[in-house]
This record gives sequence, structure tokens and C-alpha cells, in this order.
Amino acid sequence: MPELQEIELQHAEPVEAPTQKRYFTRFTRHQRSLHAVLFSTFLGLAATGLPLRFSESYWARKLAAGVGGFGAILFFHKFCALLLTLAFLVHVKDVFQRGIFHREKGIFWGPTSMVANWKDVKDLFGHMRWFLGLGPKPRFERYAYWEKFDYWAVFWGMIVIGFSGYAMWFAPFFARFLPGWALNAALVIHSEEGLLAILFIFSIHFVNTHLRPDSFPMDMVVFTGVESEEEFKKKRSTEYARLAAEGKLEARLAEAPPSWYVKFSRIVGFTAIFIGLTLLVLTLTAYFS
Amino acid sequence: MKHVFTTSPVLVFSAFLILGGMQLAGQSAPDCLTCHNDPALQDSAGHKASVDGHTFASSVHGSLPCNACHADIKDFPHPDHIAPVDCKTCHADEATALAGSVHSNAKDHPCTSCHGDAHAIFPKTDARSAVYPLNVPRTCGTCHSNDGMAQKHGLPNVYPAYMDSIHGFALSKEGLLVAASCQSCHGSHHILSHKDPQSATYKTNIPKTCGGCHAKIDADYEQGTHGHAVMRGNLKAPVCTDCHTAHSILQPTEAEFRMQSTPICGSCHKDKLSTYHDTFHSQLGSLGGYVETARCWDCHGAHDVLAASDPRSPIAPANLVVTCGRCHAGANLRFVQYQPHANARDRKLNPALFYVRLFMNLLLASVLTFFVIHTVLWLIRARVDQVHNGSGQGGNHA
Repeated sequence: MPELQEIELQHAEPVEAPTQKRYFTRFTRHQRSLHAVLFSTFLGLAATGLPLRFSESYWARKLAAGVGGFGAILFFHKFCALLLTLAFLVHVKDVFQRGIFHREKGIFWGPTSMVANWKDVKDLFGHMRWFLGLGPKPRFERYAYWEKFDYWAVFWGMIVIGFSGYAMWFAPFFARFLPGWALNAALVIHSEEGLLAILFIFSIHFVNTHLRPDSFPMDMVVFTGVESEEEFKKKRSTEYARLAAEGKLEARLAEAPPSWYVKFSRIVGFTAIFIGLTLLVLTLTAYFS
Repeated sequence: MKHVFTTSPVLVFSAFLILGGMQLAGQSAPDCLTCHNDPALQDSAGHKASVDGHTFASSVHGSLPCNACHADIKDFPHPDHIAPVDCKTCHADEATALAGSVHSNAKDHPCTSCHGDAHAIFPKTDARSAVYPLNVPRTCGTCHSNDGMAQKHGLPNVYPAYMDSIHGFALSKEGLLVAASCQSCHGSHHILSHKDPQSATYKTNIPKTCGGCHAKIDADYEQGTHGHAVMRGNLKAPVCTDCHTAHSILQPTEAEFRMQSTPICGSCHKDKLSTYHDTFHSQLGSLGGYVETARCWDCHGAHDVLAASDPRSPIAPANLVVTCGRCHAGANLRFVQYQPHANARDRKLNPALFYVRLFMNLLLASVLTFFVIHTVLWLIRARVDQVHNGSGQGGNHA
């Protein structure tokens, strides 16, 4: 990647004060809030959905009794579902507002888009070659292919799980335009897709994003919104290089996050990971027993 | 007549008479009480030989002379050992009934075991009677609440179960005289083992036995599939006690009964239980605390269970909108096409559902398989990189 070396050389001068670490914005406050709503409602939905899915298991019965029975569990599940639906709609509104009304470039296509492109395919194979020691490590753009997969998995998941969930919640209403067997299918789809989401998020997403050596034990950027220049350069070298080449790097400069906020985020994040891993273990024990 | 027979009199112990040389034919109680009124009076073996004259006088046998029962006492002084009183002299029908019953070999005097003190027997309508309806469970419970006795005869310890049942509550808490107690179902003198086809508690007789009070439910039951099967002699079909139990009967609308009822139906209808478990009705309802979801009998009916092909059945196609609509306001014809016993594993029965499930399972398996391999390889490679090149010492966690 010769262009990156050039950029690094170019930037050898601006980074004159090595004592002062530079931070760059990755996520806006609004995006972080949506992620916070997403992960807290997802934990709530998982914690209340799993006992229903595995209603025969011992821990599900204990958990149900603990929170005041299944009336309470169902109420909480629906409450989280409504909140998450709201967050989903806000996000869809944001995307269309930015892409269509504000005509912001790069929303639907290009290096900063969530839409998969040819580079993602190349990165996937390149990454796999690197895993096996057969090639260099790919350099990633703003969103790497596994991050795009996470995004679309959640996007598709919310539509599928949401739709099947509402179909069961308001079954007589949905039965006006759905055939009867669709109501049977709704539960199969809802529970299988929910299980996939839970297994994926609590194992694959946790490891890929937080627990792998590059980010261990937790990538705080989704809480603080900023990351250090060093981390930015290493994890998303292509984006860093592109911004530098376009001269847009300075526009992304941000304040270092206050230490109390980092601590607070860390507590929230570890709690989420702990709950997630606990649910993962419970799911696996119920699934294989 | 029946009144006298059912409160059979027994006069057990020997008596000492002080009026010497007297002919005792037609001996009246006051004469004997001259001695036997002494509360401390005992025979040579140490048995109580006293009689409370006042209580005896008000008892059902109060008008009888002593030797009406103690017939071997002819004169005074009478022998120390006198024959046990034989109640069947008067109560022949009861004695015959008892002789053929499970209690025929009772070691104690068979009559006083239940009717109590021989000199204090009252009509069963008298609250002082040991067989007054409100006293019956305690009287039978003298033996049938005893674990040792229960084990010896292979009987369950039924007394506590009964007392906590809806019948026991009605009797002990409300004092409801018509509430079923032991003899309402088992009879009194001619109690037979439930294995005896003559017994009121023999399987095929149970609907009639319970129907003695629950007449409407018995009529419904006999209309239903289960009733028909039992009448045809199919002993696998359930009768009242198979679902409600015999002694621990609960109020059917109670959460506890709603929780326990489904596995009872499922003990015969195994395939239906299994497919029921796959539904939201079961998932939400199987864990307690939320008992409103449909249980078997919410849809199938309880006593007059009928096949879906019978137009009277609540699950007959024409009745489904009403049946489902009892819980699901706004249920329409499409809504009731929902299959509460669909089997997503059965391709022939539910093809659409089968392929939906197959697709979801393949999706789940392929996504997870790919990413697990991807992530494990990544972790190994990243760790190798970390060790060899010193890279990836965690993020700086900004």
C-alpha cells in the first residue's frame, strides 16, 4: 500500500507533539444512542425470549418465577420490542433523510456506505488468506466486511423477528391478510431467527468486535464515539489514508473522552457482555440438553 | 328403620352388678348404673367398665336395656369375662355388608372403630356422632392418615390429600354437609377395593359415583368420547379421577390445576402433547405464573370431549371461530386456520411449515458454521501476530 506510506510520511510533520494523543470521531452521539438502545433492548428481548423458547428447562422456570411469572416476562418482552422498533424506525428515517433529502454522498454506495461492494468480497478472501498465512493482512475502509455483515444481519433480523413477533402479538389482525399457516410459521421463524441473533451476537459479534486481541477486552469506540489515531490507523488504514488524502482528517478530530465517561462505559459494556455470555451459556445448555 | 340401622349400637365391656340373685331379664339401665356409673370402674383386665348414664340415655340406644346387647348377662353377680357384643343381632344387613367389605378382618371391634364409644352412639344427623358428615374424614382418618397403616395395606395416605382438596375445604372450612366426604364415594359398610368391579370406586363405576352429586357433568361425560369409550369397556379411557385425582381434587379454574392438567391429557395423547409443546400456548403457559394460555380442555372441552368431526365439538370447523374467539377477540376464518398442533418436523402433514423450519435451520447452521470457523481462524492468527510482531496489544480503549 504505497499510498499509505506516503500519507504516513506526509503526516510525520503534523504529528509533532507526540505527548498529545489525537482522537478521531467514528460515531456520532446519535448513532451511539441508537446502539445503546439496540443493545439494551436486545439483551432484554433475549433474556425474556429465551425462557419462552426453552420453557421446558429448569433455569427458564426459575427465571420466570423470579420475575413474577410469564405475564411479567411477556410484558417486558413487548416493551423492549416497542423500544427497539422505535430505534429501528428512527434509524431508517435517518438513512433516508441523509441519503435522499440531504443528498449526502456515500450513504447508499461508496467507501463509507454500509452496502457491500467488490472490495468487501476481496477483503473477505484476503482476510481468510491472511488467517492461513497465505497473504498480507487486508487494509479496511470505514466499515469492514464483517461489520457490514453485522449491520445487515441485525437489519434483516429486526425486520424478520419484528414482523413475525407483531404477527403473533396481533394475530387476529394479521390473519386478515395472512393465511392460517403463516401464524404457525411466525413462531418458528421468530424463535429460530431470534436464536440465530442471540448466538451470533453473543459469540461472533462479541469476539470479532471486542474480544479479539486488537480490541481486547472491549472496543470502547461505540460508547465514546472516538478512537485514538494509532488505533484508527491500524484498524481502518484505508479510511485513514483516504481521509488524509482528501484532507478531511482534521475535520474528524475530536476531544479525548473524559475518564469518568470511559469508566462508566466500561461498566455498562462489561455488564452487557457478561449478561450476553450468561445467556449464551444458558442457551447452549438448553439447546444441547 | 334405616335411621336405627345406620347408627348400630355396641355395648362392649362386661359389667359388675351388685344386686345379687336377681333375674336380669329386662334389666334396665338404672340398675346396672348403680355400679357402672362409677367413672373409675374397671374390669380385672384393666379395661374401662364405666358408662356415662346421661350420655347413654340420650344416645340412639338409650331406651334399650343393657342386656339387649350384653345378652350373656343373665343374673348378678355376672362373670368377669362376658362375650363381645354382637351388633348383628339387630343390625344384620350392616353386618352382612361389612363382612364382604375390605374392613371385614378389622382386628378391633368392626362397629365401634367407626361409630365410636358403644354407649355414646348418636344418629348420623347429630353433630356428636362419629359418622356425622363433618366428622367422617376425622373418623376414617384415624386409620387412613397413618403412614404405617397406609404402607402396610399398600394404600396412599389419603387423609391430608383429602383435607387439602376442594371437597375437604368445603367440608372443614365451610361446614358444607353435602360436600363429598369418604363415605360419599366409598360407601360405609360395604366398602370394596377399587379393583373390585362391584366397588363404587371401580373405574367404570366412578362416573356414576361422582355423578351422584355432579349429575350434569356425568351426563356431559357420557356424551363425550371418553365416556363412550369407558362404556364400551375401554379401561384406558379416563374417568373423573384420572384427570381430577381421587382425593387431591382441586378447583379446576385454579392455577395449580391448570398447570397440572395438560401433562395428564398428554400421558395418553403423547403426540398431541409434543406438538402442543411447540406452540406459544405451551411455551408461555408451561412455566407457571401465566395460566391464561389455552390448555387442552379450553379448546376440546372438559367432560364432553368430542372428535373434531362431530359437529357438536368445540373444535369442529364450524365452531372454531367461537372457540378461538373466547380468548382471541376478533378471530376470523383465516385466524382459525392456525394449527395448534402443527408439526414442523412432519413434511407430509405440514409441508409449508416443514420448509420454513428447514430454511431457518439451514440459515442458522450455515451462518454460524461459517463465522465460527472465520472467528476461530482469526483469533489464532491475531494471537500469532501478537506474539511474533508485538502487534494488537488490545485497543487503547479510548
